[in-house]
Amino acid sequence: MVNKNPAWTRKDLLGLQELTRDEIELLLKTAESFKEVISREVKKVPTLRGKTVVNLFYEPSTRTRVSFEVAAKRLSADVINIAIESSSVRKGETLIDTGKNIEALKVDIIVMRHNCSGAAVMLAKNLHASIINAGDGWHEHPTQALLDMFTLKEKLGVIEGLKVSIVGDIAHSRVARSNIWGLTKLGAHVTVCAPPMLIPTGIEKTGVSVTSSIDEALKDADAVNVLRMQFERDTENAFPKQLEYFKNFGITAERLKKAKKNILVMHPGPINRGVEVSSDVADGPNSVILEQVTNGIAVRMAALFLVSQANEHILKKNTGVKAKNEKVLVK
Amino acid sequence: MSILIKNGRVIDPGGNIDAVLDILVEDGRISKVAKDITVPAKDMIDASGKIVMPGLVDMHVHLREPGREDKETVSSGSMAAIRGGVTSLLAMPNTTPAIDSAENIRLLKKIIQKTANCNVFIAGSITSGRNGCRLVDVVSLKKEGVLAITDDGSSVDSEEVMSEALKNANKEKLLVISHCEDRSLANGGVMNLGYISTQLGLRGISNGSEYKRVARDIELAQKTGAAIHIAHISCRESVELVAAAKKKGLHVSAEAAPHHFALCDEELMSYDTNLKMNPPLRSKDDVAAIRQGLTDGTIDAIASDHAPHTENEKEIEFDRAEFGVIGLETELAVSITELVDKGLLSWLELAKRLSFNPSRILGINKGTLSAGSDADIIIIDPSKEWKVAAEGLVSKSKNSAFLGRTLKGVVEYTICAGKVVYQQP
Repeated sequence: MVNKNPAWTRKDLLGLQELTRDEIELLLKTAESFKEVISREVKKVPTLRGKTVVNLFYEPSTRTRVSFEVAAKRLSADVINIAIESSSVRKGETLIDTGKNIEALKVDIIVMRHNCSGAAVMLAKNLHASIINAGDGWHEHPTQALLDMFTLKEKLGVIEGLKVSIVGDIAHSRVARSNIWGLTKLGAHVTVCAPPMLIPTGIEKTGVSVTSSIDEALKDADAVNVLRMQFERDTENAFPKQLEYFKNFGITAERLKKAKKNILVMHPGPINRGVEVSSDVADGPNSVILEQVTNGIAVRMAALFLVSQANEHILKKNTGVKAKNEKVLVK
Repeated sequence: MSILIKNGRVIDPGGNIDAVLDILVEDGRISKVAKDITVPAKDMIDASGKIVMPGLVDMHVHLREPGREDKETVSSGSMAAIRGGVTSLLAMPNTTPAIDSAENIRLLKKIIQKTANCNVFIAGSITSGRNGCRLVDVVSLKKEGVLAITDDGSSVDSEEVMSEALKNANKEKLLVISHCEDRSLANGGVMNLGYISTQLGLRGISNGSEYKRVARDIELAQKTGAAIHIAHISCRESVELVAAAKKKGLHVSAEAAPHHFALCDEELMSYDTNLKMNPPLRSKDDVAAIRQGLTDGTIDAIASDHAPHTENEKEIEFDRAEFGVIGLETELAVSITELVDKGLLSWLELAKRLSFNPSRILGINKGTLSAGSDADIIIIDPSKEWKVAAEGLVSKSKNSAFLGRTLKGVVEYTICAGKVVYQQP
């Protein structure tokens, strides 16, 4: 178990763009030791005993919320789930007010999912509690990217030098963005593949290659991360039709024949079978989709542990300064 | 009532003067500008080492009254104006009710008469209730004294309606100010479309949503022969279109807001909602084009687009926060810091952009210090620096894009109609 981590000083985990390579590697390394914990017969450690974690979800999510809940419980933290209907938020209290109210309940960590990009950044600025971003709009979903990278490392040994393709709606995907930041920082070669209207402006400046040819994206790739196509969110001016998308971008056994034999097929879930990936591939030998789910717990335990430890340090330091000042005042 | 301003560096864009002179103010007017005036005056101001120039004429201000007095009022907004060296402003008509009838203008005029701290001029709307459909009665608006019509805050989407509006305005010799934005192209965006919006995961607004409408409105101005003023231009293509229109000799003028020549979209990496406005902060290249446009005269005027919003409307998620920033108290200092200090504009040219040109566009007798003109004068310390802080702002709203930034140039005196209305404490 890693106990002291001078390399991790952030009270929050908001995204991978702002992290250094060392910080990302520390997260992954810490997750490795927690992976060992959850593989034991007794899957629980007392690391966060007495701490309270609130899952504050403004968007419906079962998978990520449950993963965080399991992770927090494995660390012996108390967990409270709050789901807020986002459409009613405008009439009610502001996000900052909600956050401050939760903090007033003496909560240590808020795990937040929000449909607005930047929401976690704003909350973190306004609260002393730790914030873990569980997905904000199209911006970042750091723990998803970390569990993707953890899975890659576990399966292939290293990340440096790997060829990873991300296929799907890059423009509206926080999973894609976080993966791009994390993978490029760790030295992987990333290719993004989507119909032109789903490639966001200037994405090549992150250092990724861009293609609209699925065969090109699969060729030589060590792994392909298949994004969920959210056709229900089709509010854009230009969006491909479902069947047309599968025909041109769907990951099928036929297409994989032209790829590396051991190419890893990843997916953040939930899968749309027959939309972005065929059933035989999703359930096939190349798929690591369920292992990703297991690894998600280890990675989220690492995130909860590291921010909690860092914030304890920050808060102690601040109260220390305060106490000192008070003493001076008494004199 | 007389004031003698001694030994200041007088910048008079009306007479193309930049020289150390004295100015005598009597009965609300400038009575004499010369070296070593010795006439006894009731008040004397030693302006040695200071800049003396015409008060700013800000042709784009949202005072929010009537209707949203929680954001700003005529009183608080005009107080912010004189603190920032603005002695005349044009109040935008997107209030509740909109300034779309003689009756509503009279209501606003009453408020102005009772509470304004500087000259407040009125713009009427182009369409009734700013709905983009039914044209206002320009004849009665003109009679009540509006200087221009505009649906600012929104663009008139219908080409037919805009064309008719320009024709009617032209008959009355009334200026039309156009907020250029094609909302179908803006695509519900909240910031500039580009690599920064991609990184932040925010929906982007393309340059095209602005310049395609600029192109349409210039074309309509040409067809109808009417005068058109393009509000708050923010991108390179718009500057190029205005330059081309001017070359053709069309009656086209344009303004830019300080945030559009001082800040670019890279500032938004912190999701600061005080940097959210419409049009949005653009790319570095666009900022360079706006600066170039100001230097070469393509852009006639600097106007703040002062748009106050309460903390409740700003301290929320970026997507949901209101568009707009305040600017009356910072526009002069931002202009000095970004344009004069960096050698892009001389003081004389700056005074043209801030005072003289907007006065000519609006057809008012301001923006000059020639003998006989209205005594709207500011005296500024050009080298003194100050830090923009919310506590220091007198506007009811504190949503400044420049909070925390250090600017150069402090207003020491604001004289409006021959009276010292503001003196730096």
